[in-house]
Amino acid sequence: MARSRVITHPLSRRQILKGGSALGLGSAAALGLRPSWANPWGQSNVYSKGVEEGPEVALAIRRESIPIAGQQARPISINGTSPGPLIRLKEGQDAVLRVTNLLDEPTSIHWHGLILPPEMDGVPGVSFPGIAPGETFTYRFPVRQNGTYWYHSHSGLQEQLGHAGPLIIDAADREPFRYDREHVLLLTDWTFEEPTSVFRNLKTAEGYYNFQERTIADFFADVREKGFDATAEMRGMWAKMRMSSRDIADVTGSTYTYLLNGHSPEENWTALFKAGERVRLRVINGSAMSYFDMRIPGLKMTVVAADGQPVQPVPVDEFRIGVAETYDVLVAPEDDTAYTIFAEAMDRSGYARATLAPREGMAGEIPERRQIADRGMEAMAAHGMEGMADMAGMDHSNMQGMDDAGMAGMDHSSMSGMDHSGMAGMSDERSNMNANGMLAAGTAQPGSRYDQAGIGIDPSERRMLVYRDLKAFTPWPDRREPERELELHLTGNMERYIWSFDGKKFSEVTGPIHINKDERLRLILINDTMMEHPIHLHGMWMELENGQGELIPRKHTLNVKPGERVSALITADAEGSWAFHCHLLYHMDAGMFRVVKVS
Amino acid sequence: MTTRIPMTAAVALLALTTLSAAQAEDGYDAPASWPSPVVEHNMGMALFDRLEYAVPDKGEEALVWDFQAWYGGDVNRIYLKSEGENVQGDGEDAEFESLELLYSRLVADFWELQGGIGYQGGVFSDDHTERTYGVIGLQGVMPYGIETDVAMQVSDEGDVSASFEGEYDLRLTQRLYLQPRTEIAVAASDVEEFGVGEGLNSVRVGMRLGYEVTRRFAPYLGAYWEKQYGDTADLSRADGDATEDTGVVAGVRLMF
Repeated sequence: MARSRVITHPLSRRQILKGGSALGLGSAAALGLRPSWANPWGQSNVYSKGVEEGPEVALAIRRESIPIAGQQARPISINGTSPGPLIRLKEGQDAVLRVTNLLDEPTSIHWHGLILPPEMDGVPGVSFPGIAPGETFTYRFPVRQNGTYWYHSHSGLQEQLGHAGPLIIDAADREPFRYDREHVLLLTDWTFEEPTSVFRNLKTAEGYYNFQERTIADFFADVREKGFDATAEMRGMWAKMRMSSRDIADVTGSTYTYLLNGHSPEENWTALFKAGERVRLRVINGSAMSYFDMRIPGLKMTVVAADGQPVQPVPVDEFRIGVAETYDVLVAPEDDTAYTIFAEAMDRSGYARATLAPREGMAGEIPERRQIADRGMEAMAAHGMEGMADMAGMDHSNMQGMDDAGMAGMDHSSMSGMDHSGMAGMSDERSNMNANGMLAAGTAQPGSRYDQAGIGIDPSERRMLVYRDLKAFTPWPDRREPERELELHLTGNMERYIWSFDGKKFSEVTGPIHINKDERLRLILINDTMMEHPIHLHGMWMELENGQGELIPRKHTLNVKPGERVSALITADAEGSWAFHCHLLYHMDAGMFRVVKVS
Repeated sequence: MTTRIPMTAAVALLALTTLSAAQAEDGYDAPASWPSPVVEHNMGMALFDRLEYAVPDKGEEALVWDFQAWYGGDVNRIYLKSEGENVQGDGEDAEFESLELLYSRLVADFWELQGGIGYQGGVFSDDHTERTYGVIGLQGVMPYGIETDVAMQVSDEGDVSASFEGEYDLRLTQRLYLQPRTEIAVAASDVEEFGVGEGLNSVRVGMRLGYEVTRRFAPYLGAYWEKQYGDTADLSRADGDATEDTGVVAGVRLMF
């Protein structure tokens, strides 16, 4: 190989070579650019020897020149690849992960979704001091779970530079589903700009990356469709708020190249299968800022796990994956043909793409892209109350079609998100109360919209996964009712790009959020902004109260839609300080971060 | 004297912004030697909202600028603002209509309260009459997205004046925009050296058509109409200048 690089396992090297020769890539140097886990035959559990990689792993972090999407780029690499290698552990192991920092600044690795001791969680300033340049930090923790996870830097904006990778833990016992082959699909968003420039652009020039703003042409199109009055009323409301209804992603395809397993859509990374096989796709959204809608036209996908935890199978055509979430889906391609794996960015400004094919060199059709949607009433309501009086008087029939998806899904439960004293579901609530006078465990909060996938989705078009679908196999161990409710508002100032909890940036709060050791807590998140926020709690599971009673699913990252009220039950069994934040990288960096202390 | 005040003010402002950065401390009980998990940095930006060559119907051609720059955090910032022109062929150097150093504080989601000192006069020359003034203003975005800058000035002679600037971006395509803008100036007293009369001084209305080659570079073409009123108009008449004029402009909007 042209450059020297650390190769941790002989196995990785073998896989690189196998993958490379199968691809017929010309140069040896090019081979090294491909993360070993992205090899086209995937990790098949038939060949179990190809699976074991833990428990001891060494990782070297560098900044180096590696082409991305065929262009000169300088990402952060982990053992010579960016995104980094697949780390494969086994439930029950004692993992020993040695991370060597060869950057000229401090770094860290956080094992996203893993339940481990607080000092091993990898958040500089919360769990440890970080890894200084030239130093090696050894993470040691018992692996007490299984499933699909990922890892990434928790230092500054390094994650945007590709400092991330998949982390798979093989189950000690049999999982509740079978498959013949598996592939990891890691979604990331790459920019050739420096992350600090991206952040500065967001901070100093509102709407910098949005090239899908409404124009006067959109106005006249709406007038033709809905009439002048309705259009003028709607536009007037948005203008009055000084907001853009097209503000769906802060950073867009205008600077991002969306990557799947480190490859651009043009490079068409290919995952191979044999017709008739049942293939498990472990989908990880390792993006800094991008939500994706993933589908494989021609194949039904059966969702079998969310955030690494098994769920009762849900057959869907498409699913939305928030930043930092993971979903495992099973597909069973019967035909000897190529299928396109298509992950469209939520704001429709671009897509990531790969191909699921029986042989190399095949390509399926790339589906037609959808148009950006306009945010509807729920976002407006979230933003605040200025427009509310007008809205109450609005003729809803005029609103139809403004945002087809949003409007069609408007029901009373989302109305009560606007006005908490709202009538909807009140009688329901009473019958559902527990002895503490709170809603019974597992009950969906009024103001939740678990039956909606979110902005830009037409539910009549295809079967889309919604949070309501997620159902655990068996109840999680802690069956207690919540003893206490903790309410946090997700807040922000879009004009200034300030993001916060309860109106306070991290720099403005004194002291952590206190949780009593071993208490059963209900965390209620109320999104007062008009953006989605993927909220991540370190160290403990959040059992998402999506209305599935004792079978509520547990997650490490919860997507909270604009105006939505979402709740989760937490068993505070993890003593120590833990990070709690929005997983949109620049939101976190702008202050949407708290420390949670369990004691 | 006139130079010492700005210096003192600048030092005080700098001290304020560094103070706000120093307050960005950890809100939890980690060892003191550990870094903060989220670090805030001060930022800055500079913008020539207008850098244009104006060709009036009656008056003299001129190079005109409208500049502002800021440095600071989310709430506390220092602004440097300047408007001015270099009238072509008058044999004189360029003139600052205003050069202001301001402390700015975010007081509402869309509004900054700003106060500081200003200077009017020649750019590195004494070709023009000079004065210094104190200024207090409000800069922000009005409902319906109108970018606004209102300010009141009190000169070293105690003369009080006020100004209003508003502009709006109408998006024709993702990169082409139409920008109507208005400037209104009023004064509480006559200041003959500056051609200022009591009451409504002048109204200027313009329209620019710009194309964002990038977010940071947008060339534009435009036209404007301006009219002076009352005593201000009388002063112009006495000097033999026109009190109403139209013109065309070509320029660039530059952001750094």
